[in-house]
Amino acid sequence: MRREPPQTFGDYSPLLFPAAMLTIFFVVPFGTMIAVSFFQRQQGGFYTPAFVFDNYERFLSAFFGGVLGFSLMMAIAVAICCVVLALPFTYLLTRMARRVQIVWLVALLSILSLSEVIIGFAWSTLFSRTAGITNILVALGLMSEAKALTPSFAAVLTGMVYQAFPYTVLVLFPALVRLDPTLTEAARTLGASPPKAFFTVVVPALRNTIVATLIMVFIFALGSYLLPQLLGRPQHWTLSVLITDQAIYQSNMPFAAAMAVFLVLVTLGLVALTVIAGRKGEAA
Amino acid sequence: MSGLALQNVVKEFGAFKAVNDVDLTVPHGTFVCMLGPSGCGKTTLLRMIAGLDLPTSGAIRLDGEDITRVPTHKRNLGMVFQSLALFPHLTVGENIAYSLRIRGAPKEDQKKRVEELLSMIHLSGYADRPVSKLSGGQRQRVAIARALAISPKLFLLDEPLSALDAKLREAMQVELRQLQQKLGITTIVVTHDQREAMTMADTVVVMSGGEIRQAASPIEIYRRPADSFVADFIGQTNLIEVESDTRNHVTVLGQPVPGLQLPPGAAKATISIRPEDVHLTAPGAGALTGTVTFVRDLGGTIETFVEAGDRQIVAVSTPRERPEVSVGQQVGIALTPDVCVVLRK
Repeated sequence: MRREPPQTFGDYSPLLFPAAMLTIFFVVPFGTMIAVSFFQRQQGGFYTPAFVFDNYERFLSAFFGGVLGFSLMMAIAVAICCVVLALPFTYLLTRMARRVQIVWLVALLSILSLSEVIIGFAWSTLFSRTAGITNILVALGLMSEAKALTPSFAAVLTGMVYQAFPYTVLVLFPALVRLDPTLTEAARTLGASPPKAFFTVVVPALRNTIVATLIMVFIFALGSYLLPQLLGRPQHWTLSVLITDQAIYQSNMPFAAAMAVFLVLVTLGLVALTVIAGRKGEAA
Repeated sequence: MSGLALQNVVKEFGAFKAVNDVDLTVPHGTFVCMLGPSGCGKTTLLRMIAGLDLPTSGAIRLDGEDITRVPTHKRNLGMVFQSLALFPHLTVGENIAYSLRIRGAPKEDQKKRVEELLSMIHLSGYADRPVSKLSGGQRQRVAIARALAISPKLFLLDEPLSALDAKLREAMQVELRQLQQKLGITTIVVTHDQREAMTMADTVVVMSGGEIRQAASPIEIYRRPADSFVADFIGQTNLIEVESDTRNHVTVLGQPVPGLQLPPGAAKATISIRPEDVHLTAPGAGALTGTVTFVRDLGGTIETFVEAGDRQIVAVSTPRERPEVSVGQQVGIALTPDVCVVLRK
């Protein structure tokens, strides 16, 4: 069946509502933020409209550059950990009985209902010296004495992976369910052991899904600002933490806005690079 | 013994017996078709031979060696799936070379073998195409070539031609049979299409309810079906209950058929008469008399439906020997003992 493209203004009217919502709740606030990032800060006050690059200049220092680099590195690490853990997990999950799948998915969804605060405090208890998991290891005779595992980079990473893992599984699940199970069976009849079949057939066949999931988790992790403060030292704080600090505690809106704009630009750049790299790989 | 042997193979899924005590010997180099309605256990049997399912009990031997518990990837077989299962992320050449790559064959050898196989399936020059750009028939050939890349001991195909249209399917049946004869490879095909089985197989294995009903050459299955299921499943047939009196004079629908004998001791039996063996005569001249209820003229053949007693009997004839009959007319049906196959109870 052939359909004609929309002709008159009236044909486009169903788009008006989403377009309006997008403008009011996304374009306007984001535009405001971009504008504020060029404003002049009033010491001890708020800000005055201007067009200066001071805020961006201040950002181009070793300290903020380091924080930006750390934030990106942390988000990439979370994305990779999540996909590496979630891909085999979800693959095995899709091969299980329907009832088992539902139990697991409900459990994962229930993690989504936890707030970041609860996740942060739960992990900081689990990683503590007095009540943490090291006490179990001591009881099992695997460690000589209990010790605190937080604050540390590993603790931040664990908390963030835990938080992002359900999303990762939910994004991968439909693609893995649709994947023809005879593909791996075919690989096995052709001489591939089950792990080899997974890496030579399932992973390459799901390339695009995996790249999309990496990007999603990366962006999700980039916005995290509570867990680094609860589970990490100040050097593990992400750019989001600094933005909050500048905006709320230092009342430096223009600088906070400049950092936010910069973060968005860098993120878009990285995503674009990933997509382009993915396209190239496909053409080759 | 060289070849494949199944011994008392049973497969249960919970309380359901999908395959029930199957014994089968497939000599080296033969082409076997497993034929049966859906749910008869033929695919499960094939999957057990491939190692994708494990039998609940029983043994599978290949060239005398017990392979029942050998994992699939160590069995060195080739299998074509119903969905074909071509790898979407690989080109035609990479698909065919997959089993060689997994075994670590040198690149030049892989390339040479791919070219050999592509010319065998008449697709030379297609190595670099993505599989998504192929037609149904071409995909089919690539799946076959991929399964044959390592020259496997055993070639298994699960409903391989079901996705093709009727014309292409018939052509592929002939091609597959010729290929198998050229390579001399032991081949097992699962199908529900009896025409396909008759075209390709040395041995047809008719299955129903998880059991083998008959395993024999196509023509024997057709001419000498073991039971009424086989007779009915393979081609068209007329199944008629017959009775025998104390002197072993057999009557069909109350009419005596001289010369027809039942096995000793059997008072009742079912006989199968193929429609092409039913000859219509003038009323009163044959063993039975009936009324023509319908004539289906298909051009190449003519099917005449005759009601005799409470039975409907179908006769098939060619236009050349066309009986001059019309609906409502009385006809005679000639029955000779040589066309009546007495079926096992």
